[in-house]
Amino acid sequence: MGRKILTEHINVPGIQGYDAYRQHGGYRSVEKALKMAPNDIVEEVKKSGLRGRGGAGFPTGMKWSFIDKKSGRPRHLVCNADESEPGTFKDRYMMEKIPHLLVEGMITSSIALEANLSYIYIRGEYMWVYRILERAINEAYAKGWLGKNIQGSGYDLDLYVTCGAGAYICGEETALIESLEGKRGNPRIKPPFPAVVGLYGNPTVVNNVETIMDIPWIVMNGGEEFAKIGIGKSTGTKLISASGHIRKPGVYEIDLSISVEEFVMSDEYLGGMYSDRPLKACVPGGSSVPILPAELLFKTAKGEQRMMTYESMSDGGFATGSMIGSGGFIVYDDTTCVVRNTWNFARFYHHESCGQCSPCREGTGWMEKILYRLENGYGTQEDIDLLWDIQRKIEGNTICPLGDAAAWPVAAAIRHFRHEFEYHVRYPEKIKDRKHFEYEPWEKVKHLMGSKEAVAV
Amino acid sequence: MALAEVKPEQVVFSEKLMKRIEELKSHFPEGKKKSALITVLHEVQDEHADWLSVPVMDRVAEVLGIKPIEVYEVVTFYSMYNQQPVGKYVFEFCRTSCCATRGVEDLMEYTCQKLGVGMNEVTADGMFQVKGVECLGACGYAPMLQLGDFYHEFLTKEKMDALIEDCRAGKVEKLSKV
Repeated sequence: MGRKILTEHINVPGIQGYDAYRQHGGYRSVEKALKMAPNDIVEEVKKSGLRGRGGAGFPTGMKWSFIDKKSGRPRHLVCNADESEPGTFKDRYMMEKIPHLLVEGMITSSIALEANLSYIYIRGEYMWVYRILERAINEAYAKGWLGKNIQGSGYDLDLYVTCGAGAYICGEETALIESLEGKRGNPRIKPPFPAVVGLYGNPTVVNNVETIMDIPWIVMNGGEEFAKIGIGKSTGTKLISASGHIRKPGVYEIDLSISVEEFVMSDEYLGGMYSDRPLKACVPGGSSVPILPAELLFKTAKGEQRMMTYESMSDGGFATGSMIGSGGFIVYDDTTCVVRNTWNFARFYHHESCGQCSPCREGTGWMEKILYRLENGYGTQEDIDLLWDIQRKIEGNTICPLGDAAAWPVAAAIRHFRHEFEYHVRYPEKIKDRKHFEYEPWEKVKHLMGSKEAVAV
Repeated sequence: MALAEVKPEQVVFSEKLMKRIEELKSHFPEGKKKSALITVLHEVQDEHADWLSVPVMDRVAEVLGIKPIEVYEVVTFYSMYNQQPVGKYVFEFCRTSCCATRGVEDLMEYTCQKLGVGMNEVTADGMFQVKGVECLGACGYAPMLQLGDFYHEFLTKEKMDALIEDCRAGKVEKLSKV
């Protein structure tokens, strides 16, 4: 069993409410933080090696140290609870079950950043979770953990929860800030970074829910203790949201030191494949990251065991690796059609593109259309090359990473499963009369394609 | 369904709603009250048959002290705001990859057939509507749908039948409590 930093008390009856939470050591990190110098807290977080849990994996302590404390302008901490990456549902699980941990983390982190006004921005679809957080915040106000002169320390902090209304793009930090200001969620050009010019033009730090929830433990136990868990630069524990064709979907807290094989196959975690079909592919970090075929999932291209760490998961770059991203771990069995799945993702990104940059606005639309054509048996060989060309022209040419996120899954699908795209072109009659995701296992049809299977691009 | 005519004088915000709007405005600094807009629109939509007509949006602009265009551009950007009347119970199925691999497409077809409507259409009695939306963050509990503020997860055809019956019997709660 791994360490449980975040989920230790999650099954305690009544932990949603203040009393049970306080009895189990809740808000102690606030008491401790109030007695510390704010910059010492930042140092502890730096020492912990904690990396942003939203997907990018940027070191949190460093992000905090960038916040402009010199200008004297008000500072803000904003929690990104806009979780909308397909495959990811860990933040919702945590906020629903143990909302006070987020409130405590927000207070402790705000002390470190010397912020007096902080917000939690939650996606609009999680409306019932919004109410849960609102209740938790009200309880914290009533018990003197928020408001003026917190616990007699002279420190003031106001914390509010606010919501979005159905836009994936608002998970991007500058789009989130725009949305929080009551506008359309159009990402801003960086620089200036939010740490200098953020919410209302003030220095702002935006952190993921899970990142914030790690802070109380780090403050209580020290950064070094946190850094002892995990391998190398992947420190601490990580929440993984597991879904797809597995026996036990759900949210798991893992040490960043177990192997992918153990995670997927052992009964302690995912319990292997649902209906015992062979594993075909896996998207290990939310829909944006490259899909990995089974042969590259448990072992890297070098033949080493692949671990659930930031480094090991991206071993081999995008050619033979992927990313741990937000921890949205989607597993597919051999009946899954990769072309259909890629079309599904492309449709998602087309729907969610904010429309600001033309490569993304137009490119995601064209990718969706071409994939739809291929998926339904009307594609041509040239379509596959065209698709490759389009994704290359989106990547790196947009203001925010949504363009990259739309391009990567398409690129990886063609890179690893080109034979399936070609199968769609060559045997359209086999494609046209099947239903939805149903797909002949590749083993059964590969003889139709001659001996050459994957074509590297 | 023809677009319902709403006249400006028909737009009434209840006392409860106005109180809630004032509370939400108080969460933001002076001069930044526009920040409350997105949350306020949710509350207003809940009170106005789940959709936002132009006169309703104009009233929101007035209450928040911003220009009507600032409300329109937000309403048209975010997918949770409805700009035309919707069914009383809208089944919003998540159709992104994880739910799709676990059979949501069959379930959407089944539901449409059972209710005798196509996707996005409202049933003749105005009770139901079936929509396909993008990832709702319940991938491990697929297939699922959203109904009002709540999620219904691990769906099967039997559970759909029961849910539709419960809706007809008025036993399904749509809004979470403030």
